[in-house]
Amino acid sequence: MDAEQKFTSRTWPESPEKTTLEGKNKFLGFWLFLGGETVLFASLFATYLALKDKVPSDDHALAIDMFELPLVFIMTMLLLTSSLTSVYAMYHMKNYNFQKMKTWLIITVGLGLAFLGFEIYEFYHYVHAFEHTFTSSAFGSAFYTLVGFHGAHVVVGLGWFLLLLIRNTNRGLNLYNAPKFFVASLYWHFIDVVWVFIFTVVYLMGMVG
Amino acid sequence: MIAALAFILSGCGEPFLSALQPAGEVAQRQYNLMVLSAVVMVVVIIVVSIVYSIAITKFRRSKVGEDVIPKQVEGSHTLEILWTVIPIILVLVLAVPTVAVTFALADTAEMEEVDEEGNRTALVVDVRANLYWWEFNYPDQGIVTAQDLVVPTDQNVYFNVIASDVKHSFWIPAVGGKIDTNVDNMNTFYLNFDSGSAEQVDNLFYGKCAELCGPSHALMDFKVQTLSSEDFDEWVAAMQEAGEEESEPANDAIARGEEVFGPDGQACIQCHAVSPTSGAGTSQGPNLATFGERSYVAGILDNRDGEDSREENIKNWIRNADKLKPGNTMGAYNEDDLSDEDLDALTEYLMSLKVYTE
Amino acid sequence: MSTVAQKQGFLAVLWDYLTTVDHKKIAILYLASGGFFFLVGGIEAMIIRIQLAVPDNNFVSAGLYNEILTMHGTTMIFLAAMPLLFAFMNAVVPLQIGARDVAFPFLNSLGFWLFFFGGIFLNLSWFLGGAPDAGWTSYASLSITSEGHGIDFYVLGLQISGAGTLIAGINFLVTIINMRAPGMTYMRMPLFTWSTFVASALILFAFPPLTVGLFLMMFDRMFGANFFDVSMGGNTIIWEHLFWIFGHPEVYILILPAFGIFSEIFATFSRKRLFGYAAMVFATVLIGFLGFMVWAHHMFTVGLGPTANAIFAVATMAIAVPTGVKIFNWMLTMWGGSIVFTTPMLYAVAFIPSFTAGGVTGVMLASAAADYQYHDTYFVVAHFHYVIVGGVVLGLLAGTHFYWPKMFGTMLNEFLGKITFWLFLIGFHATFFVQHFLGLMGMPRRIWKFLDGQGLNLFNLISTIGAVFMAVAVLVLVYNIIITQIKNVRVGNDPWGDGRTLEWAIASPPPFYNFKQLPLVRGLDPYWIEKMEGNTKMTPAEPVGDIHMPNNSFIPFVMSLGLFIAAFGAMYQVDWRASDGESFVWAIPVLIIGMLITIGSMAVRSLKDDHGYHIHKEDLLNDDEGGRD
Repeated sequence: MDAEQKFTSRTWPESPEKTTLEGKNKFLGFWLFLGGETVLFASLFATYLALKDKVPSDDHALAIDMFELPLVFIMTMLLLTSSLTSVYAMYHMKNYNFQKMKTWLIITVGLGLAFLGFEIYEFYHYVHAFEHTFTSSAFGSAFYTLVGFHGAHVVVGLGWFLLLLIRNTNRGLNLYNAPKFFVASLYWHFIDVVWVFIFTVVYLMGMVG
Repeated sequence: MIAALAFILSGCGEPFLSALQPAGEVAQRQYNLMVLSAVVMVVVIIVVSIVYSIAITKFRRSKVGEDVIPKQVEGSHTLEILWTVIPIILVLVLAVPTVAVTFALADTAEMEEVDEEGNRTALVVDVRANLYWWEFNYPDQGIVTAQDLVVPTDQNVYFNVIASDVKHSFWIPAVGGKIDTNVDNMNTFYLNFDSGSAEQVDNLFYGKCAELCGPSHALMDFKVQTLSSEDFDEWVAAMQEAGEEESEPANDAIARGEEVFGPDGQACIQCHAVSPTSGAGTSQGPNLATFGERSYVAGILDNRDGEDSREENIKNWIRNADKLKPGNTMGAYNEDDLSDEDLDALTEYLMSLKVYTE
Repeated sequence: MSTVAQKQGFLAVLWDYLTTVDHKKIAILYLASGGFFFLVGGIEAMIIRIQLAVPDNNFVSAGLYNEILTMHGTTMIFLAAMPLLFAFMNAVVPLQIGARDVAFPFLNSLGFWLFFFGGIFLNLSWFLGGAPDAGWTSYASLSITSEGHGIDFYVLGLQISGAGTLIAGINFLVTIINMRAPGMTYMRMPLFTWSTFVASALILFAFPPLTVGLFLMMFDRMFGANFFDVSMGGNTIIWEHLFWIFGHPEVYILILPAFGIFSEIFATFSRKRLFGYAAMVFATVLIGFLGFMVWAHHMFTVGLGPTANAIFAVATMAIAVPTGVKIFNWMLTMWGGSIVFTTPMLYAVAFIPSFTAGGVTGVMLASAAADYQYHDTYFVVAHFHYVIVGGVVLGLLAGTHFYWPKMFGTMLNEFLGKITFWLFLIGFHATFFVQHFLGLMGMPRRIWKFLDGQGLNLFNLISTIGAVFMAVAVLVLVYNIIITQIKNVRVGNDPWGDGRTLEWAIASPPPFYNFKQLPLVRGLDPYWIEKMEGNTKMTPAEPVGDIHMPNNSFIPFVMSLGLFIAAFGAMYQVDWRASDGESFVWAIPVLIIGMLITIGSMAVRSLKDDHGYHIHKEDLLNDDEGGRD
């Protein structure tokens, strides 16, 4: 099937992301990539757990001193909601409703930006209130590396959505860009899942001590 | 066949260094495991060789004919099950003793045992690995030495090992396998030095660093002097005694040498303690309390040809330490740093540092 | 677009290779650069052996020796063995499954250029202040304290080339899953394709831990983090775990494709289908799976405790079982066949005893308590050279002779090939067999010199003499390649005469679109099946039609170049900060510019639609014998 073919909502295929061979390849390749990413984050989690609360002296802040539930709870809700809104966007993509897809993606990006804002505030807070920095201890290095890697993924995900939105604003959906939107939203879900683990392993377990 | 193999293997290497001539219980158990695994593996190799040789001689195209199309066999379940099950059995034959010996060699419970007075019954040595020298501290005896590890024969000696700069690994091949000296944590294991084997090597085994640690990793050798239990107790007593009393220099040269060694001279003493009871765990350089009795200078220059070779080695080392062990933290002292006369005196002094022998 | 090749100028050819997305040309790029790094690593090996030829030698200094041994290992594993395997995977796998290209031609090119720039960056360390000197394992306590930029070159170079490897791995997985020709079911795939598939899966799951380890080390060395600084709460054992969680599967990433190449060769030159194909596939998958369960056997002496050591010991021994199955299946493939000793077959036949020897010492090493003696000695050096040279390198040499006609359309000289083979085989065993004993006689590995009077002299000398044989063998091979290319005698589809799989059904080298019509696969060894029915060509699965092809692109080159530039900035900003901003002021700008080049070219790639082009049916019909004059 030709990538640039024009569609109507009637002729639009059931799984536009997998209709062309390129789309099918992209879909599978991206899933595999996420498999590799999972191992990457698993390694980071293992490193974090090994170095949690490992500080050079007693006057350094530990997890139990710093983490507070309200802030991370709000961040978690923001990111979980953004995952849901990207599901709506994909729902409309499959229904060949470009405008609604765009709207939901913009909402997703907005929620992601809000999450990022809170994360920046959070880091700022730890640095200034607790002198907990990237270089202050092994714990600091491991914390900022794990959470920072996730944050960098959020930045990449947002940039990706924005680039796709800008590029395709006036073009509508076709079989060339539908897989692109689809894998970007896959990526976004993955980021969300990683956050759920960070929320549990870093923050909840950190607050228990 | 086991005997034949053992005979062949034992012909290899020098007895003070070779893992193939085990000189203690630990090395012996490891050696037995080696021989067992080697025998199992030789059996495998023989079977493979037979099948292999027949296959490549019998089925050459020159023999079977140029245009023959062989039968396209898919496989054989019987054969495939056979060569899956037999290896599993062979692996089990090896796995069971492996697990048993692995646990046995990790058993250091004896370290915790105490006599009625609450003193530990086992001998414990704290090993600290440094770029590129070894410190041997006897915490229960309150004495410390370096480069020459002194141990009693025919009893378990327990080691706590750690590194103070980068990771090294503590290995006395003839007496047992190695254990890493991590920078992060203390590792513990034991060795047992067999008196009969020790006699054959003049009571001197070689030890090595087995983990890449920098330019002079290859030269980070140490030596192990073995003594009978009674002699070892005497040695400990002599060391403890030497730590308590200040010895007077025997002649002027030695007195001058002590000055050169001291804070007003070259300040060697900042890094090198000369009392067998001080500096354990913290000193920057090897303790030199027994330097005049060491078998080697710096673990690599052999002193055993007599006092002349010792003198020569010491001077060579002080003048050329950076070439003899590149990257070592002491560095060399040339004529501008240290005059020839001072070097003579310093050498005299260093040769006089003895505790146990006269 | 004409499909007829024209005589092109040098610059046109260069530009073609810089921008190509054709898997066959990328294969040649991998072969050439992997071959180059193989020679570099070989020279380093020769220097090591010369230094250790006699006791107390001073041929090279201690510091330089450590740099050479580090670069020998790193180069051979990352820059020679893997790229050379990728060369054959690229050249052969799409043909074996009846595909016109890989799934992601653009990413294929990107993967190569990332590897290439990573490798160049790593080797530039020789000219910019010294190479890495902490061993290819780069254990943290030593690599953190190592002075100069050597380790920084290691970290950044491997990070860049590792990204390329990961991309290549994903590419092959998708290619094999999605691009198989009609009828090419999984259980009809040639074993080289299967082993590529499993190795790619291993790459996908093994490289991320290395990536993380390298990031941690990069943060520690260049950005002030404290992962491995014990005084700040860090822990160096983390590096060892991350490295070996990558490092052990890496061994199988190397050996499995070599197994695949040998499987093809045994079947071809025994004129017989692979014995126990299903068991071979199962064993390959099982080895790949178990490969992830055994990393701690590299760490038996670290002090993980007897329970961990015992578990990893038994798990390691278990790998012997599927490997043994493979050895016996290869022998039974020859059994009852019609064996012809071509050069590739000689390598394959020599591989069995050589690799078996490496395998059995592997089982010996698995025995944890005994490993306390073997660990970090020349016994280990002997073992992994028996596996890697006796397995992987013999596989690569066999593959070079076997696939050369398919890649270049001309046959390497068989007589010279056999000379190379015998010299290499004799040299290999002479070099490494005695090293088992050196290790047991108390010679640790990675030592700059050994002293006289320790009983190590004779075997070290023998080992060095063996290495000279291997060096001569490689020189003969290089000569063979040169004269073969000069003579350039063209060969047909199936130059070995006994080809069984799809790649031998099409021209050598194949036209750039591979298959004019996708073939219909009717069973294992599809070309053999057709031959047995008297056909000279595959039965097509489709009528002749337009073929969709990807466009060439310069972007992968630029994208990789950006990272290459950024790496210099990342490295020298350390000196910039150390000098309080007085010198190296260009470091941060260079880092930013490099990253902008990479991100910018990613954006260009994303914004610019690239639909490729079509070769029209009429052109294909005119182009009878596939693109070659």
